[in-house]
Amino acid sequence: MTDITVNGIPRHPESAGETPLLWYLRDELGLTGTRFGCGAGLCGCCTVHVDGKAIRSCLKRIKDLGGSNVTTIEQLSANGLHPLQQAWIDLEVPQCGYCQSGQIMQAAVLLSENPDPSDADIDAAMSGNICRCGTYPRIRAAIKRVAKMQTNSSADIAPNRPE
Amino acid sequence: MAAGLTVSIHPLSTLAAAGNTQIGGNEDFTPEITAWIKIEPDDTTIILVARSEMGQGNFTTLPMLVAEELECAWHFVRPRYVDANENIQRGHAWGDMVTAASISIRGSQSYLRQAGAQARHMLIAEAAERWQVPQDECAARDSVVTHVPTGRTLRYGEIAEAAAHRPIPANVRLKRPEDWRLIGRSIRRVDIRDKAVGNPIYASDVRLPDMLFASVSACPILGGRLKSFDASQVMGMPGVRHVVAVEDTAVAVLADSWWQAKQARDALPIIWDSGAGKGLSTQTIRDTYTHGLDADDAAIGRKIGDVNKALSQAVFVVHADYEAPYLAHTTMEPQTCTVHVRDGSAEVWAPTQNGEGTLLNVAKALGIPSSKVIVHKHHLGGGFGRRGLAQDWARMAANIAKQVEKPVKMIWTREEDVQHDYYRPMVLARQSAGFDAAGNLVGWKARVCGSSILMGLSPDRLKDGQDLEMCNAFLDEDMAYYVPNFEVGYVMRNNPVPVGFWRGVNHSQNGYFRECFVDELAHAGHQDPYLFRRNLLSKGPRSLAVLDEVAKRANWGRPAKGIFQGIALVECYNSVTAQVVDISVDDTGQLTVHRVVCAIDAGYIVNPSIVEAQMQGAVVYALGAVLYGEITLQDGKVQQSNFHDYRALRMNEMPQVETYFVSSGDKYSKDWGGVGEPGTPPLAPAVCNAVFAATGKRIRSLPLANQQLISSDD
Repeated sequence: MTDITVNGIPRHPESAGETPLLWYLRDELGLTGTRFGCGAGLCGCCTVHVDGKAIRSCLKRIKDLGGSNVTTIEQLSANGLHPLQQAWIDLEVPQCGYCQSGQIMQAAVLLSENPDPSDADIDAAMSGNICRCGTYPRIRAAIKRVAKMQTNSSADIAPNRPE
Repeated sequence: MAAGLTVSIHPLSTLAAAGNTQIGGNEDFTPEITAWIKIEPDDTTIILVARSEMGQGNFTTLPMLVAEELECAWHFVRPRYVDANENIQRGHAWGDMVTAASISIRGSQSYLRQAGAQARHMLIAEAAERWQVPQDECAARDSVVTHVPTGRTLRYGEIAEAAAHRPIPANVRLKRPEDWRLIGRSIRRVDIRDKAVGNPIYASDVRLPDMLFASVSACPILGGRLKSFDASQVMGMPGVRHVVAVEDTAVAVLADSWWQAKQARDALPIIWDSGAGKGLSTQTIRDTYTHGLDADDAAIGRKIGDVNKALSQAVFVVHADYEAPYLAHTTMEPQTCTVHVRDGSAEVWAPTQNGEGTLLNVAKALGIPSSKVIVHKHHLGGGFGRRGLAQDWARMAANIAKQVEKPVKMIWTREEDVQHDYYRPMVLARQSAGFDAAGNLVGWKARVCGSSILMGLSPDRLKDGQDLEMCNAFLDEDMAYYVPNFEVGYVMRNNPVPVGFWRGVNHSQNGYFRECFVDELAHAGHQDPYLFRRNLLSKGPRSLAVLDEVAKRANWGRPAKGIFQGIALVECYNSVTAQVVDISVDDTGQLTVHRVVCAIDAGYIVNPSIVEAQMQGAVVYALGAVLYGEITLQDGKVQQSNFHDYRALRMNEMPQVETYFVSSGDKYSKDWGGVGEPGTPPLAPAVCNAVFAATGKRIRSLPLANQQLISSDD
């Protein structure tokens, strides 16, 4: 049986090796923060980190994950909120919220690889993640906010819009 | 917000006894001060929410309305869903739970503010009695009653229990708008943190002891029926527990995990009876509707003067036919519902826009009294009209769950979701308009033909068997243009394709027909489209103000080089919205939408940050549809299946969206306006009118993906 590490905990999946990681996470481990949107890698709802890369967990089979480290939204930050989660809250990004775990996981990899992304970089990284409610402008703003915070130690951050 | 709040433990719940620890809605015995408010000794203020939170901010804005008058400190407020069962048992103490038609604020602001004011009076009366002082010497603010002359104070939490036993005052005066302290401010949404950390707040996240998972196949031919299936072929597959028919319309496979259920469903041999739907295709429907446009059985929605006479006497007449396709909703969370049927009762976990509707549909499907059904409402992973009156998913889940002992979580595949929606109707429109010798518009006639939404989903709202809502955007209440001779009619042609409410509903396709045709009329008369509309608004000052605002903010008529503009105006849900869209079209015909400027008059704006988000959302939802949205049929089957062929707008296609408020308060209407939908209808015509400005090509059918914007000869 494939051994993988999920959110820092070694696991021995009981689910069949053909099972997509998404359903192992949701139905066997009860990590429901990772969500099902299309089952075909088209919407990005189910995005998690595998060895630091953003992958669509609806397509990734357990048997192909031997020895991998998987991180889900539940453990994106070991202590408190990830800066992106804080920015998501401060700028009130989510509407229905269903796609937002995937959006945040995708954005976290973007910033880890590119601490100061341009608009084009954000488009390139984020356009695989669909949001039907239309949170794109605030997603962009939140990513830029964190990028600015992390590249500017004086933390010259604009005040929150919402009270 | 407590992490993962959503599932409350109901007194009838079978799971309470099972030690299920699902989330925070602890049963409490705090007495209510009016049906809407409970204040605990530590000042925690529970405010009940009857409508649903589907991203539009109801868990924040509706409590704001109560808290405004209650004068509680906002940080003490904890929203909680009304229990649908209790609402029925108590004679609808919390009113209507339907969350549709942009109704939540405008349909409940009056009684929510009144409840807050009544509770405040009860708290003041209790404090005054304790102090033995006149009530008018007392003031309430931030969850504290103060006796002004002496400075004595009592916290709400100290007096709430006693206040709850006082009579509810019948007549209370509501605050004047200039005295509001919450309404009109961008108070932070209360549901955001859960959504940023992945907490289990959705119905599809529910986990119950011994739960089974269901994957379903419904007949791919719309209107077709289930003939037979061979369960023996899949019963040996891993985890599979049951294969059951869902009446005569679908088959469900139940397994220990959803993936196992889905694998077996895919392998299950099923024979369908195609029935009446087999001959149905987009083209056959189009042919029927095209004939319908000339038929003489139109139901007249509005008639002013004598339009036929006016058109016959006009010096020139403009004719145009338009077509709008079927559209799916594709809520990000596919259709899902969890049901546990046991001992003649049922417990339901649902993402519903209509809590009572879910309850009644499940009760009916199971043949049990409504008093035996509990519905746990969850925040929705998108609604857009899919989860309101059409409760097909709830009935289906109930029909599956009644066949087994255990709780069943049904989740549709995306393919099922796309192919078994209640679609925005495909509609054809024919319009004619005539000018006199002086260039005045003297007559305008409109016909629309398509399937009736109400016939299938709300026949109680038909009038003499006719669905005049199919004429929306051309009716008295939702078209401010004045034309001396005007007529709109609807020709009903129903077929097996289910149709339903899609964000903006009939205003969305009819707004497209109307506003593109107005643009055609402006150009036919060699007039600026904005100024032409102004001239039609001599009797519509509210719409005129919104139109002027959007033109000013968008710098109408003075776009940057290479940019072309389109404008549109639609009145709906007692709000007025106008948009100007800036686009460019490159040499290959590739369209880019750069900016959308929105102006909206919703009467009062409760939470500006949320309204801004709703305008962005409306633009995204509508723009995805304008560019790509199209459900087509062949041999009775929907031809699209997932986001590759039913595309949604993506980040790289997102225009800049600017929103401006023209808040007329109660100047034109004592009713407030809606916000969730009004941003959607103007977008399609504004984009198409901009395309005409850029290319000279009229877009008379959607989506744009089917249109070549630059002819290959150029």
